[in-house]
Amino acid sequence: MADVNRGNRPLSPHLSIYRPQMTSVLSIIHRITGVGMSLSAVLIVWWFLAAATSPEYFEFVDGLLTSWLGLLVMVASLWAFWFHFFNGIRHLRWDAGVGLGLSASARTGWIAVILSVAMTVLCVILAV
Amino acid sequence: MSYQTDRSRVSGLGSAKKGTEHWVSQRVSAIALIPLAVLFLYTFIGTLGDGHAAVVAKYAEPIPAIIAVMFILVLFRHLRLGVQVVIEDYISDHTTQLRMLILNMLVWRGVAIVGLFAIAKIAFSA
Repeated sequence: MADVNRGNRPLSPHLSIYRPQMTSVLSIIHRITGVGMSLSAVLIVWWFLAAATSPEYFEFVDGLLTSWLGLLVMVASLWAFWFHFFNGIRHLRWDAGVGLGLSASARTGWIAVILSVAMTVLCVILAV
Repeated sequence: MSYQTDRSRVSGLGSAKKGTEHWVSQRVSAIALIPLAVLFLYTFIGTLGDGHAAVVAKYAEPIPAIIAVMFILVLFRHLRLGVQVVIEDYISDHTTQLRMLILNMLVWRGVAIVGLFAIAKIAFSA
């Protein structure tokens, strides 16, 4: 075993040969929303820094975040937050060994998607 | 022909170093963020778009300020650990990966400190 050639073995996973599944798509969305929200976190820190600096600078940053593009980013971040939140709880349940079956994974996945959209809509209604 | 045993060939290599610490820390921060993120979101959504005076007044109150500080501390830890895994998984070039991992360790701590400074300044000056 010590002399086995490890250079030519096939690598896994070959993403391109798999049909996308709901569970795998949610898995990659979990990462995308996580990385995406790192930029939202920087924006929010910038917003706090502006508030701590001066009213004029705050108006500038707050104006950017509440412009139509800024609000689009904020609403997208809000959905990303709620998706990562509910899918994260789904992951924590898996870590506890709960709900690992195929049908349970699909069911909790759809619950996470539905709740993320519902909470985003609710927060937008509360904020307006 | 190598005379090394399988055990000595893999000893000290691969992921069998600090994986558990990272894994547990990621989960503990995730659990802490469940209440903290919701509480922070509640204070943030309530003040976004209300103008400078309202924002400063809001985060000068002890409870919103303490929630924001706790949220930033835990959030950026969780964020750093998560981005670290993404860099480890998707950046295959060893030198680039190492540079990005070092950058990852520095940048998020820096951003977190800026956030903590801003909230402290608002909380203590208003």
